[in-house]
Amino acid sequence: MNAAWLPLTALATSLLVAVTIFALPEEARRLRTTINIGAAVVKIILVTLMVRRVAAGHEDIFSFQVIGGLDFVLRIDALGVMFAGLSSLLWLCTTIYAIGYLEGSANRKRFFGFFSLCVASTIGIALADNLFTFLIFYEMLTLSTYPLVVHRGTEKALNAGRVYLRYTLSAGVVLLLGAVLLNNLTGDQSFSSEEGLGDYLNDHRGLLTLIFILLVSGLAVKAAMVPLHGWLPRAMVAPAPVSALLHAVAVVKAGAFGILRVVYDLYGIELSVELGVITGLAVAASITIIYGSLRAIAQQELKPLLAFSTVSQVSYVILGIGIFGPFGTVGALAHLLHQGLMKVTLFFCAGNYAEELGIHRIDEIDGAGKRMPLTSIAFTIGALGMIGLPPVAGFITKWYLGVGAIQAEMYWVVAVLVASSTLNAMYFLPILHRLWFRPGPSHGKGNWPHEQRLGRLETHGWLLWPMMFTALISLGAGLFAGLPYSPLDWAARVASGEYLP
Amino acid sequence: MIWRFGLFDSTFAPLATTHWALLVALVFPLLLGVLGALFPPKRAFPVALASLPVLASGVMLLSAFDQSGLLSWQWEIAGLILSLRLNGLSVLLLLTTQCIGVAAALYTPGYLRLSETGPLARWLWPLMGVVLSALSLIWLATDLLTLYIALELMGLAAVGMLMLSGKAPALLAGMRYLLLALVGSLTYLLGIALILGHWGRLDLQGLAKVIEPGPVAWFAAALIGAGLALKAALFPLHAWLTPVHENAWTPVSALHAGLVIKASLFMLLQLWSILLPDTFYAPRVIAWLGLLAIVWGGLLAWRTDSLKTLVASSTVAQLGYLMVAFPLLLGPDIAPLPRALAWEGFWLQLVGHAFAKAAMFMAAGNLILATGEHTLKGLAGTSRRLPLSLLVFGIASITLMGLPPSSGFTAKWMLLQAMIITQQWWAVAALLTGTLLTAAYVFRMFRYSFDETAPRHRYQPLAPGMDLIALTLALIAFALGLLAHFPLELMHGGSP
Repeated sequence: MNAAWLPLTALATSLLVAVTIFALPEEARRLRTTINIGAAVVKIILVTLMVRRVAAGHEDIFSFQVIGGLDFVLRIDALGVMFAGLSSLLWLCTTIYAIGYLEGSANRKRFFGFFSLCVASTIGIALADNLFTFLIFYEMLTLSTYPLVVHRGTEKALNAGRVYLRYTLSAGVVLLLGAVLLNNLTGDQSFSSEEGLGDYLNDHRGLLTLIFILLVSGLAVKAAMVPLHGWLPRAMVAPAPVSALLHAVAVVKAGAFGILRVVYDLYGIELSVELGVITGLAVAASITIIYGSLRAIAQQELKPLLAFSTVSQVSYVILGIGIFGPFGTVGALAHLLHQGLMKVTLFFCAGNYAEELGIHRIDEIDGAGKRMPLTSIAFTIGALGMIGLPPVAGFITKWYLGVGAIQAEMYWVVAVLVASSTLNAMYFLPILHRLWFRPGPSHGKGNWPHEQRLGRLETHGWLLWPMMFTALISLGAGLFAGLPYSPLDWAARVASGEYLP
Repeated sequence: MIWRFGLFDSTFAPLATTHWALLVALVFPLLLGVLGALFPPKRAFPVALASLPVLASGVMLLSAFDQSGLLSWQWEIAGLILSLRLNGLSVLLLLTTQCIGVAAALYTPGYLRLSETGPLARWLWPLMGVVLSALSLIWLATDLLTLYIALELMGLAAVGMLMLSGKAPALLAGMRYLLLALVGSLTYLLGIALILGHWGRLDLQGLAKVIEPGPVAWFAAALIGAGLALKAALFPLHAWLTPVHENAWTPVSALHAGLVIKASLFMLLQLWSILLPDTFYAPRVIAWLGLLAIVWGGLLAWRTDSLKTLVASSTVAQLGYLMVAFPLLLGPDIAPLPRALAWEGFWLQLVGHAFAKAAMFMAAGNLILATGEHTLKGLAGTSRRLPLSLLVFGIASITLMGLPPSSGFTAKWMLLQAMIITQQWWAVAALLTGTLLTAAYVFRMFRYSFDETAPRHRYQPLAPGMDLIALTLALIAFALGLLAHFPLELMHGGSP
C-alpha cells in the first residue's frame, strides 16, 4: 500500500510551520514556541513511522508531473530516512536551544521562519527521488540559510553572507548544468532504479565522467571539500544554533548526502568504479581531511576550530564512499549521523561557553570544567568522539572505514585515518587539558571575559538540556551500536541493499 | 511554426456566450477605465467588484477554448478583413493580462491615496483601461491592421500613464519614450505598407500562405523587427526604459514592464515566423544581442544605486533570456523536440517574468513609499520594519534568478534542455551567467536591507492589501514553476 501522504506530510509540517511563523506577529513568542516544538515532535513521530514502514518493506511515493518527462517525486527509502531522521531529531534539539539562545534578541520571527524553511529543505533533500526534485530543495536550502547567516546584520555577517552566496549559488549553477545534461542523456532517472546508468557506459563514457564531475563539484561546495570550503569558516559569525544546524545537518550534510545519492543511487557503485571517479573522490576527501585538521590546529578561537574540524570530518563520509566495499559504505553512512550528533553537541557547548562566560578564544577556557561541569563533560564526549576513541560514536566510523580500506587494499587510506586521528587529538586534547586541569577564574585566577548567571544550574535550562541530550545520544550510538535501529544497524541495512542484489 | 500561433482554420464556430465573453474581455477594461475617471475609486473594494466581469470573461474564454479548441472571428470592413483568433497561447496571455491588470488596478487606490499624486491622478484609470483593452486585442488579432491599431493605442496610452506623475524628469523621459515609440510605429507601418503593396492582403493566415522568402519579405521583416524591438526595449534599443520607470507611478511600471513591452515581443515573434520562417541569420542576431542584454542589463542593475533602476534594468536582462531562445524557435532544420521545449520554455519564462516583475515593482514601490528613500542605501534596516515587502521582493526575485521551484527555473530548465540538444553552448553559458548576475544584484539589495546598524527612520504605514496584492502576484509566478503543467497544457492542444 502506498501512503503518499506520508512524505508529503513530513515535508509539509516544517513548511507550514514556516508560513505560520511568518504570519504571526513578532511578539507572539509563546505561541511561536509552542508551534515550533509541537511541529518538531510531530515530525519525529512521522519519521518514526517512516522508519517502521521502510523496515516493513513498504515504499511510499508521492509524485506529480511538472512538465512532460519531468516529475516531482518524493519517495521514502532507507537512505533518505536516515537523513530525515537526523534532520528531525536535531531540529527539535536545535529549536529548543535556539529559543533559549535568542531570548530577548531581535528578529526572532525571521529567524525561526527561515529556520523551519531550512529544515523543510533538508527533509525534501532526504526524500527527493530524482535529481530535479533534489535540486529544488538543494537551492531552497541555499536561499533559506542566507538570512540565518546574516542574522546579526553586522558588517562581518553581511560579508560572510556574500561569500556564502558566491560559493553556493555558483555551485548551484554547476549542479543545474550537470542535471540538465544528465536529463538529456538518460531522461528522468529515478534514484530507485536498479540499473543505474550502466547502459550508457559504452557510448558516452566521456560525457558520463563530465556529468559526474559537474554534479560532484556542485555538491562538494556545500560539503565544504577543499578547495571549495572557503565559505564555511566565514559563516561562523552566525548565531550558535545556526552554526550547529549548518554544520551538523543542514548544509554540509546536504552536500555529502547528495554525493551519496549520486554515487550509490544515480550512477551505481559499479559504474562509478568503472569510470574511475571513485578513487578521485577518495583522494580529494583525504586531502580535505588532512588540510582541515591542519588548519584547525592553527585556530585561536573555538568556533573557527570547530568549523575546520567539520571540513575535515565531513570528508570521512566522502572517503567512505571512495572505499569500494560494504564496510566503507557502512562507515560513510554511519558517519553521516555520528558526525552530526557529535558536532551539534560541540557547537552547543561552544555556544554555552560564549553565552554564560563570554568565552570565544581557546586560551580563555582554562578551568571552565569546574564552573560548567555538565557542558564540559558534553564537550569532552564530543571531542573524544571526533578523535575516534571508543566508546563514542566516532570510533565506530573510523573502525569501519579502516576495515573497509584494508579489504579494498587501499592501505594509504589507513595512513590517512591514523594521521587525521593524531591531528584531531592534537587540537582537541589541549582544549580538554585546559578545561579540566588548568587553574582558571573558578579557581580564583583571573576573571571570565563576560560572565552571566543565566540559570539555576550552570546555565539556562533551554541551553543545557538539548546539549546533554545530543551528548548522550552520541555516546549511546557508540555503546549500543549493535542494537537494531541504531545508526550503524541502519547503515548496514542501506549498504547491504546497495551491494547485495 | 505558424500553427503554434493558431493561424489555421478552426473546426467549431464560437457559441453566442463566447461572443459576449470576447466583447467583455475587449471592451470592459476600457469602459471601466472611463468610469474610473468619472468616479475615481477611493478604495480597492469597488475596483474588485468592477473587475469581476473581466475575470469572468477570461475564464469563459478559457473554457470555450477547452471545449472546442481554436476559435476564430472575422469581419469585413471596407474591403479589409479583420480577424481574431483564440488559441491556447492567446488564452494564456489574456489571462495573464487580466490577472496583472486587475492586480495593478487593485493596488492603485491605496497607492494614489498615500503618495502625493496631484490632480492628474484620475486620468490614470482610462489610460489603464486602454492599455489593457489594447493588450487583449494584440493577443487575439490576426491581421496587421488590427495589430497596428492596438499597438498604437497601447503605446500612446502607456506614454500617457508614464508621464502622469508630472515631474520634470518624468515628462522628459516620457517625451523621449513617445518620440521613440512613434519612430518604432512608423518603421513598423512602413513594413506593413510594403507587405500590403506587394501581396495585397493583411490577414496573417493568408499571408503565411503567399509569402515567399525574398528581398521584400526580408526588408519588411527588418523594418517590422526594428520597430518592434524598439518598443520592446530589446538590447541595444533599451536605453529609454530605465529613465521612464525611474519616475513612473508603481502600478504603471508594473503594467508596463510586465505586459506592455511583452506585447511587442509577441508580435515580433509572430510576424517573423510568417515572414522569416527559415532564415538562419536573423534569429541568431537577436540571440547574440540577447547574450549582450543579459550581461549588460545585469551589470547595469548591479552597479546602480537606485532601487527602481535596479528593477527596470533587470527587465533588460530578462528580455535577453527570451531573445537567446530565438534560434530555437525560428530557423531552418530545428528538430521538433527542442523546438517544442523552447516554445514552451519561452512562454513560461515570459508569463513568469510578467508576474514576477509586476510583483517586484509593487514591492519596490511599497518599500520606497514606506521609507521615502529611493536608493538602496535607504533600505538599511528594512528587514526588521517591512518584512512583508521584502519577502515579496524575495519571492519575485527567486523567479527572476530562475532558482527552483519558481516558473523561472522550470522555464530555464526547458530552454537549457533545448539548447543542449541543439548544442548551442554559448546560449547555455548565457543563461547560467544570467542566473549569477541576477543573484548578484538581487542580493546586493538584500545586503542593504539586512543591515542592522542603520539609524531608525519613521516609516509611513502602507494601505491594507498593498503588500498582499504584490504577494499574490509573486506567489503565482513562484507556483507556476511546479504547476507549469497547466499553462503549458493550454499550448499543447492546438495543432490542426
